[in-house]
Amino acid sequence: MIAEIGLAALWLAAALAVLQLVSGAFALRGAEGTINPLAIYARPAAVVQALLAVLAFAMLLWAFTITDLSVKLVANNSHSMKPLIYKITGTWGNHEGSMLLWVGVLALSGGLLAAFERRLPERTMLATLAVQGFVALGFYAFLLLSSNPFERLPVPAAQGVGLNPLLQDIGLAIHPPTLYAGYVGLSVAFSLAMGALLTNQVNPAFARVMRPWVLGAWVLLTFGITAGSFWAYYELGWGGWWFWDPVENASLMPWLAATALLHSVAVLAARDALRTWTIMLGVLAFSMSMLGTFLVRSGVLTSVHAFAVDPERGAFILGLLALNIGGAFTIFALRAGTVAEGKRFSVSSREGALVFNNVMLSAILAIVLLGTLYPLVTEAFDVRVSVGPPYFNPAAAVFAIPMFLVMAVGPLLRWKEDKPARLQFEVSLIAAVLISGIALASVIGDIPFLPLLGLGLAGALAVAAVLPLKGRALTRVPVATWGMVLAHFGIAVSLFGMACEGAFTQERLAAVAPGTTEQVGDFAVTLQSVAPVAGPNWTAIEARMAVSRDGGKPVILTPQARTFWSPAQSTSESALLTRWDGQLYAVIGNQAEDGRWQIRVWWKPFVTFIWYGGMLIALGGVLAIAGRVRVDLKRRQAAAMGDARRADLEALNPAPVPAE
Amino acid sequence: MKAKHQRLILVIAALLAIIGAGLIAAWSLRNQANYFYLPEQMVATPPQAGQAVRLGGMVRPGSIKTEADGVTVNFMVTGNTDDAIPVRYSGILPDLFVEGSGVVAEGSLGTNGVFMATNLLAKHDENYVPKELEGMDTQQAAKMAADTTVGLTQ
Repeated sequence: MIAEIGLAALWLAAALAVLQLVSGAFALRGAEGTINPLAIYARPAAVVQALLAVLAFAMLLWAFTITDLSVKLVANNSHSMKPLIYKITGTWGNHEGSMLLWVGVLALSGGLLAAFERRLPERTMLATLAVQGFVALGFYAFLLLSSNPFERLPVPAAQGVGLNPLLQDIGLAIHPPTLYAGYVGLSVAFSLAMGALLTNQVNPAFARVMRPWVLGAWVLLTFGITAGSFWAYYELGWGGWWFWDPVENASLMPWLAATALLHSVAVLAARDALRTWTIMLGVLAFSMSMLGTFLVRSGVLTSVHAFAVDPERGAFILGLLALNIGGAFTIFALRAGTVAEGKRFSVSSREGALVFNNVMLSAILAIVLLGTLYPLVTEAFDVRVSVGPPYFNPAAAVFAIPMFLVMAVGPLLRWKEDKPARLQFEVSLIAAVLISGIALASVIGDIPFLPLLGLGLAGALAVAAVLPLKGRALTRVPVATWGMVLAHFGIAVSLFGMACEGAFTQERLAAVAPGTTEQVGDFAVTLQSVAPVAGPNWTAIEARMAVSRDGGKPVILTPQARTFWSPAQSTSESALLTRWDGQLYAVIGNQAEDGRWQIRVWWKPFVTFIWYGGMLIALGGVLAIAGRVRVDLKRRQAAAMGDARRADLEALNPAPVPAE
Repeated sequence: MKAKHQRLILVIAALLAIIGAGLIAAWSLRNQANYFYLPEQMVATPPQAGQAVRLGGMVRPGSIKTEADGVTVNFMVTGNTDDAIPVRYSGILPDLFVEGSGVVAEGSLGTNGVFMATNLLAKHDENYVPKELEGMDTQQAAKMAADTTVGLTQ
């Protein structure tokens, strides 16, 4: 029954998406200010659709929790012996389940928008819901026609196949759902942008409605990317934290677009400038989300993350991608001319700096996009290539470095127009930190160019991040400004971690007999013993390593080489020793014929700062949302109090009765 | 300056930056993309020594030799013909790396004709366990290695 309820809910939700689309579209037929009588169904349709889609997902979750092996998807991806937590997270550890999650979040955010957003003109709102319905409909069609998650097996399976062991990890429990929620939050920003464009409402009021969705999506993407990077770092056992893997790029591209959009929306809300640019970025950001989904789900790119998929699905998503993006850019091309120019600003103003960085972010996005798609293009000509860090690092740095420099100064500039001379002290302070940072680092050792520059920039950005607080009463600084300061500071922290990892990592690879000691940096690593251990669904070889720093008290690390039996596969479980100034990363390899064991140990100074920085950036976004919401609530409260007072006054002084 | 002019200038600036990004990307992709070679291709038209490329094929049975340090291995990779490339790699071998299995080595060709691998790739996916390669001859294995690793980057 569970699967049938889920499937029925999904079909009903799809039907409601049609209603939402048609009803919302009628709103566009009415004249400005009037509401077509057929348009009133869009809001309720969105809300009920959200409930149904969430119900469908809950049903699948339940089927996975109880391991209902008569459902094909469960039989193919789960196993009755798996730990409960991984049974649950396995729901979205496969193609169909993750697409259902995507659709569920999409419907849910559409429902929230329909239920709670009352600030926009109703006509714009209904057009937005129509676009949202259109996007959702495509994904319902995809799920129901080509990847039904609720398909039954004619004969229930005796046992499930199990879940890819790499995905049996707590990182998977949080990483994909946050990324999806981020992708989908951008879909709301996209729908709003389209709605505003169609009804000619591209103005600061619209930007203020769009901003929390962009901020929310951006926070989730930031968090998802950070978590994903950490997952790849400790789960793959390669010691790296970013591989420029196509799937990583697929999450980075929407983030870059969302970062640009976030700042451009802020300009539109505060200064009524960058109107068309904001709409354009809204379309771009969601296009990148769709492209990301296509890259991951279509199987055109093989990657450690991609699930096996068939080409029909790839073609379907590509069709959806072409339809949505093509449609959006057509509407954009047709309507962009009707959007009036916004307010003007000079080059040396905060708007100017934001525009510059918007363009730089777009350029980095282009670099990443081209590098990710290039192997696909050459494959069409039968040339096989792969594109890795030697391309991405320098090409992205060409635009990232000017962006960081402008980012240091931008928040100090005034809106509209500013004299650079006013910032003499700040600019020279930042420059001094930058130069002395680079000089100091180059004295310490022979460091490659990019990490060296990264160290200097990290210091300069850290100082620049807190400069906007200079001369202000800290208790009176708005929460949203604290958010900005924190996020910019997080960039510096993260950059510092990346640069240190690149510059100072030490590595030791050796075959050692138990009892011998190897030296890595300040650490003496002694392999004590290697023994077999067993877990619920795996067996492993576990090494016991005693690690002591500068002859201090030893700590035991236990890296494992795990062998899972369903599905049969091996993973390397790294062991981490975290200190405030870095991490020791240990992996156990194979046994040589003479009985020695291969071990690989890295000392990575300040590598943890990469993810701390990511968390700070996300936290900054959260603060920005909280600040905006607080201001909005206060404004509403003030408006309500004002209304009440006016009503009181009217009650006290009744309007004079006109003389007869 | 009118608002219209400002918009025009912004559009032009943005376009220039994007075109610049495109040109930089095109230029560095030509130089930095790792080309995939089968052993016979590498014998016929060897890449420049030191240039980062990828070599895919099958590990010739009986060719895996571990050096005295216990972490450096030497083996031969064969393709569709009798041509074989010697490969040298220091590191922990992937789990699916056995004699006769498909392998993709990232690295560069040394001046001595030995391919110095910095990384060995084996699919993590259970669909590509060596069992599927067992029944195949060398050619199929090489093709399989090529097919299964398109776009696999690390």
